[in-house]
Amino acid sequence: MADDERFDAIVVGAGPAGTAAAYTMAKAGLQVALLERGPQPGSKNVMGGILYNHYLEEIVGDAWKEAPLERPIIEERRWMMTPKAYIGFDYKNLRNREHPHSFSVLRARFDPWFAEQAEKAGAMVVPETVVERLIVRNGRVVGVGTGRGDDLHAEVVIVSEGIGLGAGLLEKTLINGKPLRRKLRRNEVAMAVKEIMQLDSGLIEERFNCESGEGCTIECFGDSTMGMSGFMFIYTNKDTLSVGGGALLSEFNATLRSPNDLMEHFKNHPSVKPLLRGAETVEYLAHLIPEGGYRGIPKVYGPGYLVCGDAAMLSNPVHREGSNLAMVSGKLAGETVIHAKETEDFSESRLREYKGKLDSSWIMADMKKYDKAVPLLEHNPQMLAKYPQILDGALDEFFRVDGTSKWEKQSKIFKMIRKEGGLKMAWDTVKAAWAMK
Amino acid sequence: MEKLTEKLFTVKYKEDTGRPHIEITDQAVCANDCKGKYCTHFCPAGVYEWNEEQKKTLVSSGNCIECGACSIGCPFDNIACHSPRGGFGAQYKFG
Repeated sequence: MADDERFDAIVVGAGPAGTAAAYTMAKAGLQVALLERGPQPGSKNVMGGILYNHYLEEIVGDAWKEAPLERPIIEERRWMMTPKAYIGFDYKNLRNREHPHSFSVLRARFDPWFAEQAEKAGAMVVPETVVERLIVRNGRVVGVGTGRGDDLHAEVVIVSEGIGLGAGLLEKTLINGKPLRRKLRRNEVAMAVKEIMQLDSGLIEERFNCESGEGCTIECFGDSTMGMSGFMFIYTNKDTLSVGGGALLSEFNATLRSPNDLMEHFKNHPSVKPLLRGAETVEYLAHLIPEGGYRGIPKVYGPGYLVCGDAAMLSNPVHREGSNLAMVSGKLAGETVIHAKETEDFSESRLREYKGKLDSSWIMADMKKYDKAVPLLEHNPQMLAKYPQILDGALDEFFRVDGTSKWEKQSKIFKMIRKEGGLKMAWDTVKAAWAMK
Repeated sequence: MEKLTEKLFTVKYKEDTGRPHIEITDQAVCANDCKGKYCTHFCPAGVYEWNEEQKKTLVSSGNCIECGACSIGCPFDNIACHSPRGGFGAQYKFG
């Protein structure tokens, strides 16, 4: 790369957001560099992970069918856990066979494929390159300084570096004396851990009640996270399981628990342990997840730059969605730059078009809708600890055949719920339903 | 597999010898101000260890799996972490 080479756009980070942006722009003939700090795209990237093919198709078209995905999700299970029980809701939807909408995915396999699509479209993919700083000249981002010691210049820099490691580019960069993003708070991020556990594909299908090649998710609340606000999961891959979960970083600090303790607590729950028997851990991973809601979103555009994906705090933890918000935000950013190029106007007011596109999309509608969901659980820990236990106690009484008359049992259940603060529980449930609906 | 040390062995890691990417800004803060020794708990990879004799937080950057928690998790803003150089650090095979 010559020093005087100037790109239309430089994209920082080859995750779903950055790659979608690079793909969209390169396809339209723009000169795009996609920079990635890992030895190849995906080698630093982690998610649960369930990927929604609708959005992938929106970007790459029919090519999505060639993507290295694991299993289409046919069945969704949600378990509310107590130490000795779980109360479950299972939804097996056979329409998902004909029209799958979500797949389990392993990012170290998916991301290189996605970046390859961007490369085929004409983007220049540059791995092993850390972007250390944004270059600001006359109050405008004009390029990036890389760990290779060279500076690269562009009309627009798209920041899609994820949630960041240490102070991210947006925190480090000042324009008119102000950072482009404030430091994140401990209750705006979840600390998530995961293990990839190897298990024969036939055994996976038997244990999780799946047909050949099909998959299932189990997401667990309550005791699964030791009452912290978050959830744990098991996702079926081809011949591995993704087992993990997380909770707000603030709650790890408040309880002095460690992520690995949380992991072991979950793996040893009596209803999880048999599912994992004989599965060998072949990789251990951890990552932060943005959970700041709508209020936590930083300014997503400015002079010479746009922000996409996790770097823009775009995620919907209630519905475990993130990569789709990343991809679509990347696509919208890409379209904004294409439009700027067409009009030869890369001014901040032109780049504001990206904010308008985001605001009128489902992304911001969802971000607003679930804005209060995480704080609600954070401030009402009884919802994930005490209430499942009350329900568990009531169900134990209801189902146990032990010589007590049904009238007496119902009266016992009623008294128990009242004693435990049933009215407040009902009110809290209504509030939760409202926040999560 | 239960132990963190065993789990960390599963992660492919390319160490950038002599260039640690994490530093404690001021050990005196760890010794005098921090009662919780939070980093020794929240770090998923056991990078931080409090040494009572030396009165300092020992850092094993080679354990780091680059989750991003430390600089936010430390209530004293006392951990300086940045990305390892391009191509170095943790490299996931599955992701």
